[in-house]
Amino acid sequence: MIVDKHGSPLHSTENLNPDTRHGMILYVEDVSVSFDGFKALNDLNLYIGDGELRCLIGANGAGKTTLMDVITGKTRPDTGKVSFGQQIDLLELDESEIARAGIGRKFQKPTVFEALTVFENLELSLSGDKGILTSLFHKLSGEQKDKIDEVLQTIGLTAEQYYPAGRLSHGQKQWLEIGMLLAAEPRLLLVDEPVTGMTTQETERTAELLTSLAGKHSVVVVEHDMAFVRSIARKVTVLHQGTVLAEGSMDEVQANKQVREVYLGEEQD
Amino acid sequence: MDTLLKSPMIKKMSSLHFVIAILFISTLYVTVCNLFFAEGSAMHVSNYTVSLLGKYLCYALLALAVDLVWGYCGILSLGHGAFFALGGYAMGMYLMRQIGDRGVYGNPELPDFMVFLNWTELPWYWAGSDNALVMILLVFAGPGLLAYIFGTLAFRSRVSGVYLSIMTQAMTYALLLSFFRNEMGFGGNNGLTDFKELFGFSLQSPTTKLALFVATAVVLAIGYGISHFIVNSKMGRVVTAIRDAESRVRFVGYKPEHYKVWIFVVSAMLAGVAGALYVPQVGIINPGEFSPLNSIEIVIWVAIGGRGTLYGALVGAIVVSYAKTRFTAIMPEAWLFGLGGLFVLVTLLLPKGLAGLVTNLMDKLDPPSKDKQSESDASVKNPVAENK
Repeated sequence: MIVDKHGSPLHSTENLNPDTRHGMILYVEDVSVSFDGFKALNDLNLYIGDGELRCLIGANGAGKTTLMDVITGKTRPDTGKVSFGQQIDLLELDESEIARAGIGRKFQKPTVFEALTVFENLELSLSGDKGILTSLFHKLSGEQKDKIDEVLQTIGLTAEQYYPAGRLSHGQKQWLEIGMLLAAEPRLLLVDEPVTGMTTQETERTAELLTSLAGKHSVVVVEHDMAFVRSIARKVTVLHQGTVLAEGSMDEVQANKQVREVYLGEEQD
Repeated sequence: MDTLLKSPMIKKMSSLHFVIAILFISTLYVTVCNLFFAEGSAMHVSNYTVSLLGKYLCYALLALAVDLVWGYCGILSLGHGAFFALGGYAMGMYLMRQIGDRGVYGNPELPDFMVFLNWTELPWYWAGSDNALVMILLVFAGPGLLAYIFGTLAFRSRVSGVYLSIMTQAMTYALLLSFFRNEMGFGGNNGLTDFKELFGFSLQSPTTKLALFVATAVVLAIGYGISHFIVNSKMGRVVTAIRDAESRVRFVGYKPEHYKVWIFVVSAMLAGVAGALYVPQVGIINPGEFSPLNSIEIVIWVAIGGRGTLYGALVGAIVVSYAKTRFTAIMPEAWLFGLGGLFVLVTLLLPKGLAGLVTNLMDKLDPPSKDKQSESDASVKNPVAENK
């Protein structure tokens, strides 16, 4: 339970605003997770600044997805501390509460609500009360409609808004999923492999979009596509065997000897 | 306004009016032909047909309840017969008390089966059973409470798919076994029967039967209206989203388990009401209604009618029940094979059921513009696919 400084519980969304006075939006400290003896995360430390765009890279099994799972409440770590801003302990919230606190997640495989239209997908993703009775009698306000239109424009799906999402192409689904995150107006976006299966053109547009989001939102991107990472990242974190191997600009990281050995080794000319 | 007219919601609105209009016209037709045309006239609808139709409408309401949870929320309940039976028992208890001293043993307080078991007083849970308001409350609260407890336990633990279906089956089977016991105080094997009157009207009289048929049609229309409102609200869209991608819904900030419990409870109550209307029309409620086979049959109605459409459930229940009445009269032993075969055929050839067939035909006659296409896709592609 989240408590204020007097020890009384905070429940409303207003009070779930992360405290970023120290410039950091996400604190992951000494986190370890093991699955049947396999250490997926090993004393991992990661700090994401408010408004930052960060790329996470690492080989398969380095712990990238597990880290996302821990932050979004899907997996509970064995030890360690994860907090959103300084005061919100994410380990005490479940997935839906973490989402409402302002952390949005895009999955590796695009998951949209296929039977619903593009418009309805965005409608469900809007921030606000997510209780049953509110939903039952909910009417879209003008502001909410404007917000959806704005997101539709950003992701370029205005013409497809009444299509069932199941009909969209793979790339469009990826975009819709990013749009769903935008509609929720999260403070922190976790984006897992956004350009997998996209054409070069789509990849470029995605890079533009993610770069434009930084500043207003903090964005963490997990991606294998090195060219893409180079095109967007100011700061890169390399994970290896559940722990941070190196951190810095793309050039610094690529120059790092250890990194070259364990991760970029096979990509050297 | 322009975009509003284009949205699929407007198209769906008309299905509500259409269903209610058909219900109203057929009810009116049956009523008039039963009351004002003499027996022997070609237009006459017999009392037998009236009570048969009343029964079908109860089944239709039950199928509607199953479509709400299965078609829209992906919860394949193989135990909805239990909620139907509980609603029926609530009504049965009231009807038993209405018999008063006209039973075989002439005991004004105790129903015959209790006298037979040498019981001297009513069990505590029969308290108030002679009160119509208590009965109505029980019709909702009995199935609703069971669904709430079952749903909370199952959905909180994130049980889904086949495992959930098996649990619902076990639930109705457990109830079947307990209601068979005489000690349960619900008439054991024989159940509750020999009813005399409801709200003071004789159940044997043709007018009462007709009134019950009309009441069932009205309740079905109300139930349909409520279901229609739910599935077309944002709540309905959340529920559909849960069906297709539950974990995504969680990461968007909703609590799927709350939504699932809620829709499960609403559905159970609809099933309970169907049971309560069914019992006075057939004159008996016994543990056989809890039989797992019954629950599976409901699912088959919905699959054949086309799930995820609401009206498909009504069509499926009525068509299959009518076929059952017909075929069991001609070749009773072949019926189950026929039903099984029908289910296989529909699954293979008409994955969207009869409702899908109609939509396809309409699309062929009037090729839809891109905006309109969405509705036909709102239902699921394959009725058995999602139970991984």
